[in-house]
Amino acid sequence: MRTSEVEKPEIAIQFHQVSYRLAEAEILSHLAFEIRQGETVVLVGRSGSGKTTTLKLVNRLLEPTHGEVLVQDRATTSWDPIELRRRIGYVIQEVGLFPHFTVERNVALVPSLEGWEPERVRRRVRELLTLVGLDGDKYAHRYPSQLSGGQRQRVGVARALAVDPPILLMDEPFGALDPLTRSEIQEEFKELQGNLKKTILFVTHDLQEALYLGDRIGLMKDGRLTVIGTPDELLSSADPEVKAFLKPLQRGKRA
Amino acid sequence: MMNLWQFFISNFDEVLTLTGQHLWMVLVSITVAVVIGVPAGVLITRKPALEKVVLGFANVVQTIPSLALFGFLIPIPVVGGIGASTAIVALILYALLPIIRGTYAGIQGVDPSVKEAGRGMGMTDLQLLWQVEIPLALGVIVAGIRVAAITSVGIATIAAAIGAGGLGMYIFRGVAGVNTTLILAGSIPAALLALLTDFGLGRMEKLLKNPQRRSA
Repeated sequence: MRTSEVEKPEIAIQFHQVSYRLAEAEILSHLAFEIRQGETVVLVGRSGSGKTTTLKLVNRLLEPTHGEVLVQDRATTSWDPIELRRRIGYVIQEVGLFPHFTVERNVALVPSLEGWEPERVRRRVRELLTLVGLDGDKYAHRYPSQLSGGQRQRVGVARALAVDPPILLMDEPFGALDPLTRSEIQEEFKELQGNLKKTILFVTHDLQEALYLGDRIGLMKDGRLTVIGTPDELLSSADPEVKAFLKPLQRGKRA
Repeated sequence: MMNLWQFFISNFDEVLTLTGQHLWMVLVSITVAVVIGVPAGVLITRKPALEKVVLGFANVVQTIPSLALFGFLIPIPVVGGIGASTAIVALILYALLPIIRGTYAGIQGVDPSVKEAGRGMGMTDLQLLWQVEIPLALGVIVAGIRVAAITSVGIATIAAAIGAGGLGMYIFRGVAGVNTTLILAGSIPAALLALLTDFGLGRMEKLLKNPQRRSA
């Protein structure tokens, strides 16, 4: 069942005709796409198009009503959910830092749950804070309420990377930041991704962000994946929904 | 006023004993109610189907007039009878609603994004409960216990009617003999107890409501 650790599968995440229903409403229908190792796929679409639901199917916060999602060649439903989630970094827009934990303890969450030695945890936390551009001496002992939005989001990213998971799920991680901080973090994140080569599934409603960060971009509409392709492919697509989404960009150019 | 003062001085030992009995009834009943109520409150956040049943039961108990509840309990074997143990059972029943409701509200009130992040990073339900939900809900949980404790101090005065002792003894005697001094001798210490309880638990609540226990 399980592929050996040595020959890593080329495909990290695979959606096999996945549908998700909630009561009578079909939230997702027949999703079929795959994400290669080390690839960043960005899902864009209007609110309610099913982007976040798609993300939550990967770490089994939700289970498909039809079809299956394979993570490293195994259906999410055959994974132990706790084990699966600890191998997948998770960053959400609201960050969800624990307000009663210091920055250090927040970042140390998964290593601590995994039972690492305290000294190893401490070193790893410092390393991660540096990685996301925060001075460990200055910030390790602060509480989330004492940080700016951008700093909080950096801590969120550090926390997600703590045990070096091969996969990252990011749900509008930079959505709540002011434009300047946002583009700074985007640049740093792109650089970080260049070094870390994680497999990333990223959700945003900002097409510019998608074009900048994504190796491939998937456009979702009403629970379906209408188009998926490289930024260039997307820009030259004739699909009406793609064109609708590109419109604001062109309006910006004309001005 | 002079009479009251003299009464306290000449009956110092008795006042102390009755206050002690009073405090004991409240302390025991609140402790037991916390031991039952907090887990019950946690349970209904996990099993929403039980929410209506548990809160409904606690609500109904709350609507029974206290004198009647004491009366109902007397004929019941084991828990009933004349004396403090019956009173304690009644006080526990009264204390349950605010404690269960406080626990439930506290845990439901924890920021959903914090819970989602915890679950998404692979915390088990118990880890999430102990490390995140309970610490963050503690202020609201203590607020519920505080309401329960203050109410208990008041209701415990009625326990004297079924022979449970406590400061209610003076009040009942005073009412029977139309003796204002006696009524005050019972109600003033009871009021002080309630105020002290309120102050003490209020301080604790305030400390716990601020999850950030020390500043940088």
